[in-house]
Amino acid sequence: MNLVTPLNRVLGLGSAKDGTEHWWRQRVSAVALAVLGLWLAIAALGLDDWEYATVAAWVRRPTISVLLLISVLTSCYHSQLGVQIVVEDYVHANAVKIATLILSTFLHVSLAVAGAFAVLKLAFGAQA
Amino acid sequence: MDKVERPLSPHLQVYRPQITSVLSILHRATGLGLSAGLILLVYWLTSLATGTEAYAAAATILAATWIKIGYVVCCFCFFYHLANGLRHLVWDLGYGFEPAQIAFGGWVVVVTAATATLIYSFLAIF
Repeated sequence: MNLVTPLNRVLGLGSAKDGTEHWWRQRVSAVALAVLGLWLAIAALGLDDWEYATVAAWVRRPTISVLLLISVLTSCYHSQLGVQIVVEDYVHANAVKIATLILSTFLHVSLAVAGAFAVLKLAFGAQA
Repeated sequence: MDKVERPLSPHLQVYRPQITSVLSILHRATGLGLSAGLILLVYWLTSLATGTEAYAAAATILAATWIKIGYVVCCFCFFYHLANGLRHLVWDLGYGFEPAQIAFGGWVVVVTAATATLIYSFLAIF
């Protein structure tokens, strides 16, 4: 007797409940980062110097703020997905694996929030 | 139940390093390198948001020699992961799976990453 409902059979979901989603998210964030990463690398070369005033004024420009925000968040997301796969592939002891995955998630969320907060504070905050 | 420690396949240690396997391992390694670099980037951004003094303090730390070596490593990680990532995307579209194409694409990625790292480091220093 097949207990899989017709809907689940059509969706192709096994006991893991997902399969292609992680792969797709990794690819879509990769495409975004290919563009954003090159932009950031080239933009960094264009700065006159690395003094506080120069860099802060650059980050405060609305276009730059938005692009930096998207770059930081997408980088953290893509990194989280990648590190997750590496841990799942090479850490075999279940307890260590789960602990590492949770730690990695916490770290990535912290990095994303800290990076986004920094950009927004510069963009909206009073000029130091 | 005690787990019996049996050797697992694939036995990586008996394989001759091949361009496919080495570049695949390097893709993951450079990805992890970039994750580490992300920590530096966010640290630097946070110092910028904190103010002039914090930024100056971070700039001193980030100017340490071993960190500077880290920049070049991160630079290579970035260009390698970018170039090989694009190679992966081409594969995802279903192209480039002939053995000759795989080897050729691999070498294109290695040469591109090395050249881009050299040029970028040169431009960043001067």
